[in-house]
Amino acid sequence: MTAVTTAPAQVGSDEPAVRRRPRRLVGRALLAWIAENALLLALAVVFVSPVVFVVFTSVMHSNQALTGDLLPRSLELGNYVRIFSEAPLATWYGNTVLYAVLSTAFMLVASVPAGYALAKLRFRGSNVIFLAIVVAMLLPPQVTAVPVYVMWSELGLTGSLWPLILPNLLGDAFSVFLIRQFFLTIPTDFANAARMDGASEWGVLWRVMIPMARPGIAAAAIFLFFRSWNDYYGPLLYASENQAAWPVAYGLATYRGIHGTDWAGTMALTVVVLVPVVVVFFLAQKVFVEGIALSGVKG
Amino acid sequence: MTSVIDRLGSPAATGLPGPPASPRIPRKRRRRIAAAAMVAPTVAGLLVFYAYPLVASIYYSFTSYDLFSPPRWVGLTNYEFLFTSDPRIGNAALNTLWFVVVLVPIKIVVALAIAGLLARRTRGSGFWRTVFYLPSLVPPVAGVVAFVFLFNPGSGPVNVVLGFFGIEGPLWFSDPALSKPSLVLLGIWMMGDLMVIMLAGLLDVPRELYEAASLDGANGWQQVRFVTLPTIQPILGFSVVTGVIAALQYFTEAAVASSVASGQAAVGSGTASTLGYPGDSLLTYTQWLYVRGFSNYQLGYASAMAVVLFVTASILLVVAMRRISAFHPEEVS
Repeated sequence: MTAVTTAPAQVGSDEPAVRRRPRRLVGRALLAWIAENALLLALAVVFVSPVVFVVFTSVMHSNQALTGDLLPRSLELGNYVRIFSEAPLATWYGNTVLYAVLSTAFMLVASVPAGYALAKLRFRGSNVIFLAIVVAMLLPPQVTAVPVYVMWSELGLTGSLWPLILPNLLGDAFSVFLIRQFFLTIPTDFANAARMDGASEWGVLWRVMIPMARPGIAAAAIFLFFRSWNDYYGPLLYASENQAAWPVAYGLATYRGIHGTDWAGTMALTVVVLVPVVVVFFLAQKVFVEGIALSGVKG
Repeated sequence: MTSVIDRLGSPAATGLPGPPASPRIPRKRRRRIAAAAMVAPTVAGLLVFYAYPLVASIYYSFTSYDLFSPPRWVGLTNYEFLFTSDPRIGNAALNTLWFVVVLVPIKIVVALAIAGLLARRTRGSGFWRTVFYLPSLVPPVAGVVAFVFLFNPGSGPVNVVLGFFGIEGPLWFSDPALSKPSLVLLGIWMMGDLMVIMLAGLLDVPRELYEAASLDGANGWQQVRFVTLPTIQPILGFSVVTGVIAALQYFTEAAVASSVASGQAAVGSGTASTLGYPGDSLLTYTQWLYVRGFSNYQLGYASAMAVVLFVTASILLVVAMRRISAFHPEEVS
């Protein structure tokens, strides 16, 4: 350990738990400190550079984007306008928002009570249900794809995103799991106090437990939102033949096929797909980091 | 942690004022009814979207079925074809195995190494963590499209930068020998969620252990080997199991890379010519299952492939359920 290490930083906060002034560095420790920071800086540059090059190319003239130039010669924001006319981008965006928002809302309705019941109300069969949820969460979706597809096709809903949205009304395995894990960390005392005051089980859940579980529920919601926003396999399976139903990530995958050499436009579209993700991340940064740490490895 | 009051059950038994609603039904019973109502939708979902399809997949796998006429029983024909005659399935399975064996460990090692660097610092750790975490949120499709551009041999910045050093860059996503390694680079770029999990684990390692080891004369590597790794072993196990399960279904990155690098329409839009491009180097098992089932409408055969995938994944599921404590139901308090 170098001399700079003090107390371990708290996960989920930007500040170390204990702030101590770094000791004066001498000799080997100084060298190690420099080497470590140089390595970290180099890695950070490598990790950031893909995004930088994508953004640069997205504002190049489409002819310049075909050359080996790294820096744009002029600022061509027209690419961002052009892609809206070359692809039904507004529709795709609307589809994505609909898919992500409805999925998340539907998931919450079913998964929050289920996660709570599995964590806090012991009842016969709860262990079996929990194990089934773990299996469902880990099972590759391709295993069940054929019969599920047949079901949706008999309902006449293929060619739309509904086969991906509606199942959330019946809970989402990973979300139930995550929410249950969070409820496990909440003490039962408050719930018991509310019960003594005559609250019903639903009242306990709604007025006592949900407010305390907000961080865990938020993490589950954001994860599902991103899973839907980023989904490619689902829309490919159910909506690939109907361009009007495509979400934007799926449209991006096909864009280059149609506009073969248009790297500038493709990169502009990539940026358009990326931006909301980055914005949501910075709005809810803390939720993410806590949620990931929660997602399975605790204890 | 059921309290005494709950165990005693009805308000009458406790002498406490009863709840206003339906006082006749004892508390314990009402609690059971509420619990059942809370899990009912989820249980229905498990039955409709998991239990029934699993059984139906097994049934379909013994049939010839094209969605338009009813399934016709063909016995073991699908399995026979799968294991002996399907021309591309062997290659597809090997490619998937390649991702399991190469991608998963590389991602874990890189995530652990970067988490190790971050765990040692106190100032600005939030900034560094964000830099390495953020790419993992990038939609995989956008990540692939960006990487195919970055690595494209014509104008891609990677080969341009390599050119500064006098290195003639390879064809990357268009070279059958390098297409999978190129996707590993993408996987490394997107390892952030794994890194955060590792970081949480590393910060949980008690510092006294390092101090004790250091007093005993352990050098840096020995501290990693005998203190860090054994302590975070559960996290490593979790990462391996979930990583392998994800690699078994490796689909999006490979399919999109093939279609974008070949410059033609995507898998779903009807052209099978981009499938696995270049060569068959990016054709994975799940892509082949998709093509068989949903491009060719050989749903019986696709079901047989799904059953084989299920059997393979089951082995991992069993390991996961036994070894990962978060997956144990007994924790319920």
